[in-house]
Amino acid sequence: MARALINVPAKAKRGDIIEIKALMSHPMETGYRTGPDGALVPRDIINRFICTYNGEEIFSADLFPAIAANPFFSFTTIAMESGRIAFRWIDDRGQAHLETAEIAVE
Amino acid sequence: MSQALTRRTILKTAAIGAAAATFSCRTAAQTPPKVVVVGGGFGGATCARELKRRGLAVTLVEASAVYTACPFSNAVLAGLRPIEAQQFKLDAVEKAGVDIVQKMATGVDPQTRRVALEDGSSLDYDRLVLSPGVDIRFDALPGYDEAAAAIMPHAWKAGEQTLLLRRQLEAMDDGGTFVMAAPGNPFRCPPGPYERASLIAHYLKTHKPRSKLLILDAKDSFSKQRLFQAAWQDFYPNMIEWVSLSTGGKVIEVDAKTKTLVTDFGRHTGDVVNVIPPQRAGRIAQVAGAADRSGWCPIDPVTFESRLQPNIHVIGDASIAGGMPKSAFSANAQGKVCAAAIASLLRGEGPTEPKLINTCYSLVAPDYGISVAGVYSPRNGVLTDVEGAGGTSPVNAPPSFRAQEAVYAEAWFQTTTSEVYG
Repeated sequence: MARALINVPAKAKRGDIIEIKALMSHPMETGYRTGPDGALVPRDIINRFICTYNGEEIFSADLFPAIAANPFFSFTTIAMESGRIAFRWIDDRGQAHLETAEIAVE
Repeated sequence: MSQALTRRTILKTAAIGAAAATFSCRTAAQTPPKVVVVGGGFGGATCARELKRRGLAVTLVEASAVYTACPFSNAVLAGLRPIEAQQFKLDAVEKAGVDIVQKMATGVDPQTRRVALEDGSSLDYDRLVLSPGVDIRFDALPGYDEAAAAIMPHAWKAGEQTLLLRRQLEAMDDGGTFVMAAPGNPFRCPPGPYERASLIAHYLKTHKPRSKLLILDAKDSFSKQRLFQAAWQDFYPNMIEWVSLSTGGKVIEVDAKTKTLVTDFGRHTGDVVNVIPPQRAGRIAQVAGAADRSGWCPIDPVTFESRLQPNIHVIGDASIAGGMPKSAFSANAQGKVCAAAIASLLRGEGPTEPKLINTCYSLVAPDYGISVAGVYSPRNGVLTDVEGAGGTSPVNAPPSFRAQEAVYAEAWFQTTTSEVYG
């Protein structure tokens, strides 16, 4: 998997609604395209995305071939306590890419 | 439904004709059809002259006394060209027999076929051509309004904005950072932001070599990308950084006070900031009801007649011209095709299927030009690339080839501007 970008506010007040953004550079090859040799290019997509906040799942998604390259997620949660927000992308080969960010909640 | 509308329109026109005959003893046959063209840029001025050449009575409405051309205005930014070399008057167009009305067109009534002007007067037409170019969308990028454009110029309509950005570059210290926000498709002049980055890099390399140039892009690919990027490696290594959409380049907000561009994943502050914001068809096209929800104008690719408003044709940057890019070359070609179609329609004949050509030259350095060319014809209701025609400059070419293309670029500008304004 290629490069991931995440955006989590470094600080928030308890109870604040915070916006989280995550972008993964990935070709999301559908499996329906033919290559220059006429053969189908094998499917290679990210099929699962999970975000956890101190270990608890706050957002997840199943992805399918119709989703464009470089999937970008933007969602909100409520800042409850200081800790770690973790992001995991899983591709068709079973490979996972992990990113984390710390948030300080006052 | 459109047939019923056409018949009703014809009946109405006939009724007006009868009334006119009663009062002024003129018959419809003796009244030559009138064509009004709005916009005196490459599209409108070309179209007006071509309509006149075909024997039609033409009025060209243009608010400005002087037209400042966009092609080559990036060379003005880089100090390679005076702005005067970009400026043209409509004197020769008037001499060719086109009536010039130097006023702002403020409204269009497609039902009565009348264009309203800023002073309350109006012009009647049988066919109307709108060639209004683009308007900057000051509602599209939070923080980027007209006041912000005075601090972070767009310079995407040549003139004062070009000179403002030039002055800012001149005032920037050596070691400063120039940041550009490039828009998503579609927009005026697809290779323009990258030619601009190249020529500004040339200026910085020559005068302020410790400076940096950052492009934040809302796209993952752009026109002539391989050629530009190869040339940047050769000419401006470590000077230009391009951040694509998928690497977090899309600018979603700006702060003019601190000259900051905000992306989904970071903030970038520059000493000189150039925001090329999203655009839409010029205002008169919106007012006429010729633009759809995209902000651009859907057209019939054979006649350039609006898909939304009968008897109104839209050419140039404002139109949705399928595969054709929004360029002066395209506008010039479309102006001629549209004039020929209008002449045919007014004679009651069917227009012929056109073939259109576009070439976009870009300068990477003063004596280094690259190009992309295409041929387009209507297919399934849109202007489509003719396969196998056109193409881009070769990736591997000797400096003499690039120098030659820079000469062709200048030659194209001189030829076209003398054809349109000379």
